[in-house]
Amino acid sequence: MECSFAITGKGYVIVAADTTAAHSIIKVKLDEDKIKTLSPHLLMAYSGEPGDTVQFAEYIERNIRLYQIRNTYPLRPSSAASWIRRALADSLRSRKPYSVNLLLGGYDTSTYTPHLYWIDYLGTLTEVPFGAHGYGSYFALSLLDRYHDPEASLEEGLATLKRCIDEVSKRLLVAPGRYKVKVVDKDGVREVEI
Amino acid sequence: MSIMEYNGGSVIAMVGKDCVAIASDLRLGVQSLSISSNFQKIFPVTDRIYVGLPGLASDVTTLHEQFRYRVNMYTIKEEREIEPQTFAQMVSSTLYERRFGPYFIEPVIAGMQRTPSGSYEPFIAATDLIGCLNFAKDFVVAGTASSELFGAAEGLWEPDLEAEDLFETISQTLLNAVDRDTFSGWGAVVHVMTKDKVITRTLKGRMD
Repeated sequence: MECSFAITGKGYVIVAADTTAAHSIIKVKLDEDKIKTLSPHLLMAYSGEPGDTVQFAEYIERNIRLYQIRNTYPLRPSSAASWIRRALADSLRSRKPYSVNLLLGGYDTSTYTPHLYWIDYLGTLTEVPFGAHGYGSYFALSLLDRYHDPEASLEEGLATLKRCIDEVSKRLLVAPGRYKVKVVDKDGVREVEI
Repeated sequence: MSIMEYNGGSVIAMVGKDCVAIASDLRLGVQSLSISSNFQKIFPVTDRIYVGLPGLASDVTTLHEQFRYRVNMYTIKEEREIEPQTFAQMVSSTLYERRFGPYFIEPVIAGMQRTPSGSYEPFIAATDLIGCLNFAKDFVVAGTASSELFGAAEGLWEPDLEAEDLFETISQTLLNAVDRDTFSGWGAVVHVMTKDKVITRTLKGRMD
């Protein structure tokens, strides 16, 4: 089943999402990238109803890009989070709501601080030091309560993330096999291997 | 499972002697899974009004933005700040506009109302999710721990408490009530308002 995690540390946010594309009980793809790069310092992991997810993520991606083209500067993470939340909240009370859960990780280049936002399909928005979606969240959140350190270096942060992934692989019956991990910090977005 | 209990959270407001207090917990959950221990449900409206919005977390943010917009428009058009009594009516009509597809929020309002003589008197009010106003003289409660809050407040509240005593009363009422509720807790925030200032304190609670 779909799992995504994200943790903040000293000057960075790590976002991880599994890479399986599932159709009921069948895995149809094993290397799907479910983390979009919305702007040079903004990452969004998305999960939920297949179809809705890609449609909504692309809609957000293009609109964030449009803002950057019009205004020269991209939206800051907090503003992007508010705008995305509003899109989901409006969608919730429409005829066919998007069923998409998000983790939005960004680095604010004006205040030099990392930010992580937990957003669900209802339009619930909250800033968190670490967050997760899917069945993996039941394991990851309790592990992170114990091991998360907001002042941790990137290496320590990746080690903590590895613990979460390993625990989910060990204890969750429907654990995903592979994950894609991306980091956003002052230098922008990059993919890392774990 | 009711949508009103989906995210959890509780708010209480109390009247004292020339002061009011409003307090809430800080939990945001998805049913029994806690997501955040720093989710604010109480927002300043003006220097003399605070509004607490317990209920569905999505609507907490939506309504906060909606009230901010309407209060700004009121301030510009009227060229004065909104009074607590008027703001309560604004809350009520905003909610009743959505009578047949409501926002899942039960707002609590606390403020210092200006009297014709120029002095200030404490004001509290609460509404249900479709905007039925309840003006109380003692205390109002809302959220998943509302029944526990009623019990604790009924036992602890007394008339004409000074600001510091009111802070102690509302804090003990909230902390003890949310400890008996699965969906509320994880710390609390308390605002005590007198005619010329607001004191905000964040409380630690049981983290289980």
